[in-house]
Amino acid sequence: MTNDSRTVVVTGIGAFTPLGGDAASTWEGLVNGRSGVRLLEEEWATDIPVRIAARTAVEPGDVIPKHQTRRLDRSAQFALIAAREAWADAGFETAATAPGSTVDPDRLGAVVASGIGGVTTLLDQYDVLKEKGVRSVSPHTVPMLMPNSPAANVGLEIGARAGVHTPVSACASGAEAIGYAIEMIRTGRADVVVAGGTEAAIHPLPIVAFSNMMAMSKNNEHPQAASRPYDKARDGFVLGEGAGVIVLESAAHAAARGAKVYCEAVGQGLSSDAHHIAQPEPTGAGIARALTHLFESTDLDKAEVVHLNAHATSTPQGDVAEIKALRKELGDHVDHIAISATKSMTGHLLGGAGGIETVATVLALHHRQAPPTLNVDDLDPEVDADIVTGEARKLPEGRIAALNNSFGFGGHNVVLAFRTTD
Amino acid sequence: MATKDEVLSGLAEIVNEIAGIPAEDVELDKSFTDDLDVDSLSMVEVVVAAEERFGVKIPDDEVKNLKTVGDAVDFILANS
Repeated sequence: MTNDSRTVVVTGIGAFTPLGGDAASTWEGLVNGRSGVRLLEEEWATDIPVRIAARTAVEPGDVIPKHQTRRLDRSAQFALIAAREAWADAGFETAATAPGSTVDPDRLGAVVASGIGGVTTLLDQYDVLKEKGVRSVSPHTVPMLMPNSPAANVGLEIGARAGVHTPVSACASGAEAIGYAIEMIRTGRADVVVAGGTEAAIHPLPIVAFSNMMAMSKNNEHPQAASRPYDKARDGFVLGEGAGVIVLESAAHAAARGAKVYCEAVGQGLSSDAHHIAQPEPTGAGIARALTHLFESTDLDKAEVVHLNAHATSTPQGDVAEIKALRKELGDHVDHIAISATKSMTGHLLGGAGGIETVATVLALHHRQAPPTLNVDDLDPEVDADIVTGEARKLPEGRIAALNNSFGFGGHNVVLAFRTTD
Repeated sequence: MATKDEVLSGLAEIVNEIAGIPAEDVELDKSFTDDLDVDSLSMVEVVVAAEERFGVKIPDDEVKNLKTVGDAVDFILANS
């Protein structure tokens, strides 16, 4: 890796997830195979078909004071907590706009995405309008519900003036945000970009709506066994919530300030299916095109890839299509890739998935360890690949790379690639 | 009918809840925007909460005249 201004590295990580209130506790949960899925105990959950979800392990209101939470949608609260952790982890002590900052605010960006934005704010405030009347609707409603709110709030927090962006592509949103951030640095628009994904959609309406699409697991009797990617008995995803955020930085900028470097952010592969608004393309052709784009647009060597944090949401079609795509593009190289489906533990965070799974991928390279996949009791014979089950698995020494896949309703395919620096 | 002190302490509780400013810092001569971190959106919340608490109607046109805590206390006392 060269320390030039076009090479991008990861210098900070933050996470607020169903497994923990920070990146370290989330990682501890992932490598130990801990499930964050629970039975929903809210009254509204008693009469709906899906009564399980993966709530954050910590309530954001325990971290952020009440006068701030009342003007931030839950998704923005998650993003802000994860971004603060990542920012501090990267060694930044103040906002870029504050005196003594080591980063130029005009060269600092924020790209944070969610799949649905402030959906609970929108629905809750509609309830307020109906039940309490016009005067009681919060004046913060619009800045809370707009999908760019997490990005805007993170940008305000760190003092980002190079650009604040929110790519939206359903469950690929978080990964697309990180890919966009890598390009901001690579194309010279920024030296540092805080990027990630967040989602807070545990509310009866999204749950019922996904459930009516036949997309969710209805295994209410065994919540922790419900998210079971690659298992023959998988019956849909489990909704999770939370955020994952990383600090991306040009290698030159990181070297100049002596920052610790987790790994290189090699680049992204993008494609779209042109197949169906909600169904995955069954042969995996679209995903394979995203992989092709990745390998054509970066210097990544297929032989370097030893780990994949798969999209693998535990749906019957999607899990298999992803594996077919890997085989199509990578051929026999698939056999030396240890595949982890961490949604078996965190549930599916929709637009937050790319965020927390990027944090997981970066930490997998950092610790050279691939987290296990829970609940693979009876591997689907169509899954012709090396799935890490049971215990976490050691990854090889030397220069290794890992991929993080995210795909979204609408046919959006995003592959992110990370690589160790030695 | 509330006294001036009761209105002030009631408003202080509201500002504390909405802006996170300690109630004891909410004094008559303090400016909502300059001293108490109440921006224009949060001011709408303060107004609605004050209307409920003190049983007054504070018209939208009047809100711009309520620059200090004292302005709000006087308006509430005069109109409740």
